[in-house]
Amino acid sequence: METLIQVSYLVASILFIVAIKLLNSPRTARLGNALGALGMALGMIATLFHKGILRYEWIVLGVGVGSVLGAWMALKVKMTAMPQMVALLNGFGGAASALVALAEAERSQALTEYFASPSFSPTTLAIIALSVLIGTVTFSGSLIAFGKLEEILSGRPFLLPAHHYQSLGWLILSLIMTVLYAGIQESYWLYGVLGASLLLGFWITLPVGGADMPVIVAFLNSLSGLAAAATGFVLQNYLLIIAGTLVGASGLILTQIMSRAMNRSLWNVLFAGVGSSTSTASAGDRTVRATTPEDVALMLNYAREVVIVPGYGMAVAQAQHAVKKLMDALLARNVEVRFAIHPVAGRMPGHMNVLLAEADIPYERLYEMEKINPDFPQVDVALVIGANDVVNPAARKDTSSPLYGMPILEVDKARSVIVLKRSMNPGFAGVENELFYQPQTYMLFGDARASLEKITEALKEL
Amino acid sequence: MTEYLFAVFIFALATFLGFELISKVPPILHTPLMSGSNAISGITIIGSLVVAGEATSPLLTALGLLAVILATLNVVGGFLVTDRMLRMFKRK
Repeated sequence: METLIQVSYLVASILFIVAIKLLNSPRTARLGNALGALGMALGMIATLFHKGILRYEWIVLGVGVGSVLGAWMALKVKMTAMPQMVALLNGFGGAASALVALAEAERSQALTEYFASPSFSPTTLAIIALSVLIGTVTFSGSLIAFGKLEEILSGRPFLLPAHHYQSLGWLILSLIMTVLYAGIQESYWLYGVLGASLLLGFWITLPVGGADMPVIVAFLNSLSGLAAAATGFVLQNYLLIIAGTLVGASGLILTQIMSRAMNRSLWNVLFAGVGSSTSTASAGDRTVRATTPEDVALMLNYAREVVIVPGYGMAVAQAQHAVKKLMDALLARNVEVRFAIHPVAGRMPGHMNVLLAEADIPYERLYEMEKINPDFPQVDVALVIGANDVVNPAARKDTSSPLYGMPILEVDKARSVIVLKRSMNPGFAGVENELFYQPQTYMLFGDARASLEKITEALKEL
Repeated sequence: MTEYLFAVFIFALATFLGFELISKVPPILHTPLMSGSNAISGITIIGSLVVAGEATSPLLTALGLLAVILATLNVVGGFLVTDRMLRMFKRK
């Protein structure tokens, strides 16, 4: 039986590897996800034949409750709420890993008392404590990320005095207690690790502001994989190690892509909040030019090339379907429409792509930053919907700007620019946007969805 | 220490494999890759099942049950939501 279980685990590992490989391409991604689910089912079924399992009632109850809740959440969640959904699921995975490690510690304690001699080696105990540490950080970090994305907590960076030294302090404290637990095997040290890592998770995510969310969500995803891998070490289960490590590595790559798109290091995102210092740049007495939906419709009607630049504002206004209607109206008038997607637009990696796909906009119309930037000088109208920092030319020119060096969509080079925006408030980074004051820029203030609907309406009346 | 040598071996190889697998992800798949791989990290369900199945004390039962519920949420929610997203990605 044991051999059969191990062979099933091997097959499940292979299924996971193929699944992640297939998730790399749009054509095969759905199959990849299904193979991943198949691998998971295989692993779970094989585990039920584990010789240590004596009773099934708690398993049935737990899997039943988890499945119903999980399915309900997955089918109910709105596409605009996807970032917080991913964060929450991440946290659950991390918590489960930590709980398994805690249970293992509890079992070792019981064995030690029964035999009156240590039953686990110091190495095993250290691994248990590390597993608790990583799982708990994943859990508490994801909770804060969820709270910020769901707007239960403020999206502004929250910093205490010497904040990053405090974070570092919690990390060092949890590592010291890990060593103490391994040496002495008194469970209060393990609960000490639990407490310190809970705080560490809170401390590293609290300073992360809205625009940095894609980086932290990807990082927490990576951590949830590592948590599973650490639990795999505790249980000496190679399926857990392989699956967890694959997720850890892929999450790390995604984190790197996101940090690069913001021209910052992960360290910088975790340990220095942007926007905590107020910008001194002032608008002076410059004025912006406000426009009306009718004028925008007129401009779009006579354009040949239109590029739409969506940002978090589109997600907030749930304007993706209105965008699709405008696109259809323009295409019907032989106006070419493309979308320019900045890698960190929105609150999680790929956020804009998911929303536009929900609205049935074919992905061939979506262009990556590097691909579309050279085309902007030939673009007649660039329509910016609720994006700000990712189109701020200061990132290119102003060495004193906190955004300096961040790769941006070069919207300012388009022949004319229309910015849909709620008000003149600066973006998340608290930086004035030069783009709004340029002579070819027109501002259309108001809710993005309402504005888009009015533009489409006006376009049809022309 | 030596009992973990083989596990470290596997860990090191899986790290390299993971980096190789995701060398270039098109941005449209960033979210599904994340939520799909997140569901895979719910593999910790295997450990949870064993804890819940062999629990010999109320504390272990509670830890096991909670772990099973959370891991199942992660797995079922993760795979389903990923599929829902991927179904939306259509060509012209």
